[in-house]
Amino acid sequence: MFARLQKDRRRLLGLALLIYILPFILHNPYYLTVLNLSALNILTVCGLTLLIGYAGQISLGHAGFWALGAYGSALLSLHTGWSPWITTLLALLGTIGLAALMGVTILRLRGNYLVMATLAFNLAVYFFLVEAEDLTGGPPGLPGIPPYKLGPLVLASDLAAYFLIWTVLLLILFLTFNLVHSSEGRALKALAASETAAACLGINPHWYKVLAFVLSAAYASLAGSFYAHYLSFISPKTFDIFFSVELVAMSLFGGRGSIWGAVLGAGTLTPLPHLLSFFDEYRDLIYGALLMGVLIFFPQGLMGLLERVLRSKSSGLKS
Amino acid sequence: MNEATLLWQFLFSGLAAGAIYALVALGFCIVENSLRIVNFAQGDFLTLGGFLMSTFLLAWGLPWPLAALLAVIGVGICGWLLERLALRAAKDRGPLTLIFITIGASIFIRGVIKLVWGKNPRIFPPMVTGEPLRLGGASLAPETLFILVASLVCVVALQLFYRFSRPGKALRAIAYNFRSAYLVGLPVGFLTSFSFFLAGAIGAVAGLLIVPITGVSFDTGVILGLKGYASAVLGGYGSFPGAILGGLLLGLLEALVAGFISSGFRDVFTFLLLFLVLAVKPSGILGSSEEERA
Repeated sequence: MFARLQKDRRRLLGLALLIYILPFILHNPYYLTVLNLSALNILTVCGLTLLIGYAGQISLGHAGFWALGAYGSALLSLHTGWSPWITTLLALLGTIGLAALMGVTILRLRGNYLVMATLAFNLAVYFFLVEAEDLTGGPPGLPGIPPYKLGPLVLASDLAAYFLIWTVLLLILFLTFNLVHSSEGRALKALAASETAAACLGINPHWYKVLAFVLSAAYASLAGSFYAHYLSFISPKTFDIFFSVELVAMSLFGGRGSIWGAVLGAGTLTPLPHLLSFFDEYRDLIYGALLMGVLIFFPQGLMGLLERVLRSKSSGLKS
Repeated sequence: MNEATLLWQFLFSGLAAGAIYALVALGFCIVENSLRIVNFAQGDFLTLGGFLMSTFLLAWGLPWPLAALLAVIGVGICGWLLERLALRAAKDRGPLTLIFITIGASIFIRGVIKLVWGKNPRIFPPMVTGEPLRLGGASLAPETLFILVASLVCVVALQLFYRFSRPGKALRAIAYNFRSAYLVGLPVGFLTSFSFFLAGAIGAVAGLLIVPITGVSFDTGVILGLKGYASAVLGGYGSFPGAILGGLLLGLLEALVAGFISSGFRDVFTFLLLFLVLAVKPSGILGSSEEERA
């Protein structure tokens, strides 16, 4: 187990090196924007991987937690004038509280019922954001959200946000790897394999499910807050159920049950619509077909594909 | 208009919307009873039915019964193809993968619709026209009445099919126990495909009924599909009577909330209520009482 943690840490170091070198090669701010959005999605999908791949539960409502993080922190900082760091933390705590409450009640549900409950949560949040115009600005959105400040430094440019967001992401990835290689992480993994067997071994399924749910909601809330203070503008459209669906699709695309799969899935699927914007007409067609194709032909996602290729190469070298 | 008349008016519009939700919910239940997954393309079957009908009726100039029949069969075949080509290939992969294949299919169908019919909404004239009926001071438009009657006919036909025909009985056997059905020699593959044909056809019927009132654009099916899904869950997922009850309840509730409280917050109320129902009674109104349904 410890060897695997070492391996993940080495890979993480490699990723960090790549991340900190990249802005010196890429000079187009548009690429930086896409990379920043990718980082936020990776953060959320990481949390979803804990929930889906480790605890074996489905949620189609995580865009709702994004919205809570984004609107919560944005509105607080706009109305009170507090520093975005503090409001991010407050929104995070609020989301954790709500997610814990939700988790305790709805994680008793299974399969379809859990999917519907999380969808219903997302839809209720979405329609509330649209309708409560006096508070949230309604469909046109909420402009003028203050950026993060570090002493005299205002982190408003794409480059500054790049370093901020990716540093936070790398830190959280580090912590997540610690978690999944700890006994708690193994308990979660056991839950996904067989809930009954896990319960027989003395793992309390409900408690661990709630833990994974709250963690994944916290990741999403954090991503939402960073999104709001980075782009300085948010609108309800960003947080509809399609975004929730996309997030889970990223997790499956990359390979569920693997944190690196989350990095790979969100890292490739986030830029894809931007690439496909050249042929906008066919965008849905290609996206839909690609999603079906990967799920049918590569059930373990990109990560499974990558591991198969690596293994066949190393076994080829031995023989 | 006084309160009582208003109430009647809301009840009628609520029942009509509820009948549509019930038809969509039945589509979800048909699939639940064969493959045991949520088919998120169900709402897009409805959209597809509406667009096919508009082409047959307006561009080709077919009489409406023929156009309707062709549209229903056409969407049914799309459902069949979805099962045969995409889901069958991944049938051992677990429900989450299958559900996301249907989500991929849903995005794909919307892409096809955008490509073939464009992004502009379409509408076609109602199949029956005439003077509105006066009932209890409220007026009941003939197309609303048509929705109620046609949905009732569909529900009864579906019940009769499942109760008395051989393929219907076989489908019930599959719903009861897939493995045993396979062991006694039922053609489970064919029957699963056939259930998707039925789901597509009933989705198309819902589309034919609602389009003359609201029109149809490429994303019409998304929210209607969700409402139908919500109805099915509310009634107890997989139960046919539950789907009908859930659909009508949801339609009535929405109409009353929109009429007497706030039309804007209608959807917030709807989904909050659904959330609460699930938190209190997880298996839905007519669902089996065991908490942990697969």
